[in-house]
Amino acid sequence: MSLTTDDVKRIAHLARIEVTEDEAQATLTKLSGILGLIEQMQAVDTTGIEPMSHSQDVTQRLREDAVTETNQRELFQSIAPAVENGLYLVPKVIE
Amino acid sequence: MQWEVVIGLETHVQLQTKTKIFCGASTAFGAEPNTQADAVSIALPGVLPVLNREAVQCAIRFALAIDAEIGRRSVFARKNYFYPDLPKGYQISQYELPVVGKGKLTIQVGDAEKTINITRAHLEEDAGKSLHGDFHGMTGIDLNRAGTPLLEIVTEPDMRSAAEAVAYAKKLHELVMWVGICDGNMQEGSFRCDVNVSVRPKGSDKLGTRREIKNLNSFRFMQQAIEYETRWQIETLEDGGTIHQATVLFDPDTGETRAMRSKEEANDYRYFPDPDLLPLVISEADIEAVKARMPELPEDMKNRFEQEYGLPAYDATTITSSRGMADYFVAAVAEFGGEAKLVANWVMGSVAAKLNEEGKDIAASPVSPMQLAGLLKRIADNTISGKIAKDVFAAMWVGEGDADSIIEQKGLKQVSDSGAIEVIVDEVLAANAAMVAEYKAGKEKAFNGLVGQCMKASKGKANPAQVNEILKNKLAG
Repeated sequence: MSLTTDDVKRIAHLARIEVTEDEAQATLTKLSGILGLIEQMQAVDTTGIEPMSHSQDVTQRLREDAVTETNQRELFQSIAPAVENGLYLVPKVIE
Repeated sequence: MQWEVVIGLETHVQLQTKTKIFCGASTAFGAEPNTQADAVSIALPGVLPVLNREAVQCAIRFALAIDAEIGRRSVFARKNYFYPDLPKGYQISQYELPVVGKGKLTIQVGDAEKTINITRAHLEEDAGKSLHGDFHGMTGIDLNRAGTPLLEIVTEPDMRSAAEAVAYAKKLHELVMWVGICDGNMQEGSFRCDVNVSVRPKGSDKLGTRREIKNLNSFRFMQQAIEYETRWQIETLEDGGTIHQATVLFDPDTGETRAMRSKEEANDYRYFPDPDLLPLVISEADIEAVKARMPELPEDMKNRFEQEYGLPAYDATTITSSRGMADYFVAAVAEFGGEAKLVANWVMGSVAAKLNEEGKDIAASPVSPMQLAGLLKRIADNTISGKIAKDVFAAMWVGEGDADSIIEQKGLKQVSDSGAIEVIVDEVLAANAAMVAEYKAGKEKAFNGLVGQCMKASKGKANPAQVNEILKNKLAG
């Protein structure tokens, strides 16, 4: 599978990362390298091996359903760029 | 051309937990903005999600309720998209391996039963809320809701009309409340439906292009939205147009649906397993523990009511249509100790009618199951007739006390003293010679008229069976 700079630009757009033409080109080389590695790994015969979804073979621990957090709004909002009436303000979002 | 509409639903059910799905912040509704938005909810760097046991148990409960496969090993995935009410830039959801697999729900539409197949249900977190009020051209963000546990329940495209879709949604709504995983409050957004609608020529087995109506939080709106959308799609196709896949919103003011955003850049969520969370493993013991605490399911209860109490299928279905009604019925039957069918008639009749009239839930019924049973006892032992019982019930409803005290106070006790009834019958016969003549001339109907007169003369208190008998004897003599 070969990647184009258009693919790189699309991926960058989805991640909201601004890339210049040069950066797209450089990223293309790096990403293609990673895809090369994946291709190499895919050549390994994994018949009968269960796929893992995490690098550690352990399972999720569960938390009891009890409130442990207190209201720290003032503290959190002290580093927010804009707040009003307890709300975080962000540039207007239009549906 | 004959068209057929094809409908599938995705329902977001807010789980009744005290805290969020991945952190110990409260999920209580209606708090001041951002006072329940902790470091995890607002996605500060370095925080880690820890899964809520109760949310998992809710999912297992639901799986048991729809006889579904339980994903013994399920995986959380990141669904990536950008929106300010989603501060991490991704929603933690489940993708390839959901916690609940294939199941089914049987609905009733008119007299017909239909089974709707459920594809899957998965755990995920809710987003925050965007407020587009007057904030100097900015948008306000409240992250109290961010991280609230949801179970998203997805059906196969099995429904063929708005009525079927609404019947399914109502049934699901009752079921999630029945098994205690959701408070069902639609105004507060605890139960929200996305409806996928497409049309195709009748008889075709190919699906048409679907449009998704987002965020319906009332059954009435759902019905209207589907009906409008179906008409719109058929008209568009008949006019030679094509349907483009889109997300649409329903506007209750105009009764129309309109496209929200075109999917020219089809959503690419780039799902991948969330490295912050390990696979969720559910053991046989976990399932057994949940099973032990499951309430009897409506379907099982319905069958039991038919067998144990001899209720007709219709009554059993109606009474088990909500947990509240079923609980009320069971409590009244236990107290009454008599014929369950009489209890069913009253619960589905006078009680339901009054509740409906006043828009009340059965849990808030002014007449308790105990009080209703007290009234039915007096019908059963012939203290009052069924007709008088309605008046007593009305008095109980407005808080005038228990059946016995109302009967006593108002002097409603049925007259079963044959001597007293004979006096009344004699008076009626003397005053209605014309009717007596009609009856004797062969007019059977005149008899009913005479019974009516006797009842009226006794202010409804005479025992109707005795009136019948005495009247018959006198007329024959």
